[in-house]
Amino acid sequence: MSALDQMPAPGRPAMARALAGLMPRAEAVLIPAGALLAGFAIFSLFLGALGKSPAEFFGLVWKAGFSSAFSWQNTLSRVGPLALAALCVALPARLGLVVIGGEGAIVLGGLAAAVTGTVLAGLPGYPAMLLMAVAAMILGGLWIGAIGALRIRRGVNETIASLLMAYIAIALFNHFVEGPFRDPASLNKPSTAPLAETLRVGDMPFIATHWGVVAAALACLLCWVLIDRTTLGFAARIAGDNVRAAQVQGLPVARLVIGFTALGGAFAGLAGFYEVAAVHGSANASLIAGYGYTGILVAFLARHNPLAILPVAILLGGFEASSGLVQRRMDLPDATILVFEGIVFVIILLSEALYGRLRIFTPGYWEHR
Amino acid sequence: MTTFGKLNRRHFLGTSAAALGAAALGGLARPAMAAGDLTVGFIYVGPKDDFGYNQAHAEGAAAVKEMAGVTVLEEENVPESQDVQNTMESMINFDGAGLLFPTSFGYFNPHILELAPKYADVRFEHCGGLWAEGNPTNAGSYFGYIGMGQYLNGIAAGHATKSKKIGFVAAKPIPQVLNNINSFLLGARAVDPEITCQVIFTGEWSLAVKEAEATNALADQGCDVITCHVDGPKVVCETAVARGAYVCGYHADQSPLAGDMYLTGAEWNWAGVYTDMVTKFMAGEAVPNFLRGGLADGFIKMSPLGPAVSDAGRAQFEAVKGEIMAGGFAAIKGPLKDNAGNVIAADGEAFVETDVALESMDYLVEGVLGSTS
Repeated sequence: MSALDQMPAPGRPAMARALAGLMPRAEAVLIPAGALLAGFAIFSLFLGALGKSPAEFFGLVWKAGFSSAFSWQNTLSRVGPLALAALCVALPARLGLVVIGGEGAIVLGGLAAAVTGTVLAGLPGYPAMLLMAVAAMILGGLWIGAIGALRIRRGVNETIASLLMAYIAIALFNHFVEGPFRDPASLNKPSTAPLAETLRVGDMPFIATHWGVVAAALACLLCWVLIDRTTLGFAARIAGDNVRAAQVQGLPVARLVIGFTALGGAFAGLAGFYEVAAVHGSANASLIAGYGYTGILVAFLARHNPLAILPVAILLGGFEASSGLVQRRMDLPDATILVFEGIVFVIILLSEALYGRLRIFTPGYWEHR
Repeated sequence: MTTFGKLNRRHFLGTSAAALGAAALGGLARPAMAAGDLTVGFIYVGPKDDFGYNQAHAEGAAAVKEMAGVTVLEEENVPESQDVQNTMESMINFDGAGLLFPTSFGYFNPHILELAPKYADVRFEHCGGLWAEGNPTNAGSYFGYIGMGQYLNGIAAGHATKSKKIGFVAAKPIPQVLNNINSFLLGARAVDPEITCQVIFTGEWSLAVKEAEATNALADQGCDVITCHVDGPKVVCETAVARGAYVCGYHADQSPLAGDMYLTGAEWNWAGVYTDMVTKFMAGEAVPNFLRGGLADGFIKMSPLGPAVSDAGRAQFEAVKGEIMAGGFAAIKGPLKDNAGNVIAADGEAFVETDVALESMDYLVEGVLGSTS
């Protein structure tokens, strides 16, 4: 084949040439978007079968999640923990590991932050907060990093291990909150001692949502740079695509796996820090709120791309924000939003099979018209 | 001639921009309510048909729904996280709620404490008795002394048990729960001082698998009357009945689940409390920030006695109930030791249900088999 054959024929419309260049890139956006719309359509059928109006449903989702400053506050308040929990799934996933136990790292991170905050009560605010966040990230990192180590050193299935370790984490959390670290004044709701006001993370200036969203956005950006713009990330992607090839190339697969799982766990731990320092003010059972599990959904919908995690977390945050209004206005059970998310999740997973199969996304399709 | 009325392009653009802005902000403005009308929001931590804690509140909400000029909003399965703040704000902003009943214990601190100052014209009524001087005045708390209900449960249990062993499935070893366990055993011992009560803590407010395991374990040990303090007693009831044990209910009426095996039950009576509070609120009267009551005040009630309760049991039950209604009755009274042998109450010493010393209870009385840690 000579270079001439690959040149577009003279006189071919500029439009086709542009599309030939654009469509392969558009695949990554159009397939998930199409899948999302298909999910909406199927859920509409479901609502129709129940005798409810899909238009009213989507109207309420819009109203509660995205229509006003309050809606955005409601949505964004969920984005921080969701995006950070999603990173705990996405980072190991780039190495081919399915880790679903982020919840454990979140609660332990929260516990570490609360205990550190109590110990450091005498320190000025910012250094103490920094240390609390670091403690949360270290404990979260150790917890999920251990799952990576078990995988590498002992061949333990990381999915099962992470799930079971999450149960262990929650049991440990309850033990410490109700035992050694319990504030004696917390009679009917065992909690750690309340944090001093100086150690509380406040709201952002323009919206009543705490700084966790910004931290999550920065974390996503950082992970994207790490994965897409560094040799370390490149090595991780190779190991994720073909672990044998990576080993043959002499890549440090073991260290990559442990490092990436630990980093993911550290971000989940950071989510725990924000839950304690910005929302609850102490560690107690309210911390076990299931963000770690919704984070799995976010990571899969974002196809483990850290940059996509943020918009997906906003979308899901908006869906969840609308749960209450849908319950109250349409007289639907609270599980409605879960059914909705479930349908969208399944369709998005199914759409994975379409990548590379649809000819309209190949340059050839447009060049030979 | 003035320019008044003349359509000036700049002026037109200015006003339409302002109108658009106002429309956009419209989402923020509270929906206007007809004078005298009130929107009341109820928030539950679990499903409102759990045969337990949340159902008891939902029954109260249903009574409020019947009142004229009141719109009731309900939301179930709201975690004690940022979620409940979002739900409260959503009810206020989107539905114009003027009175909120966030019913779970963990909703108060920090969630209600954070929102109440922000919405000074909305009233937050929290179930759990946590409000203290210095907290926002548009917030309040209410709770009932349900320990007496468990004492009456104990009397019914004491008459029904043949093995002299009764069982208690408990969530967490916190003062409220310990008070219920102790009251249940002391009620049974008022019938027969040889009765013992085995307690098993599940560690969670709602954990069906462990609740079933605990109930089975109690039945295995020969307990033939079982009660509980978990959010939803459904699993405990059904498992106990399947094992041939009698059931004393808690939170709500579980007789539909237990049938003839249901002796009685200690129920919340939120319908009366809620309609009362809403009436006062609508009339503009002051609602106390700290409201508490027991059996005599209509805060709690007992399920009707089941067919398995003997005549002697019925008579003692009614007699003690009468004493409680009259006031001054104490379940915890001397001479009394805890199950580690420490003296709880000396001879002649008594703690009535309103005694604040009971609010920091950290012991199980003699006769209760189990430990708080």
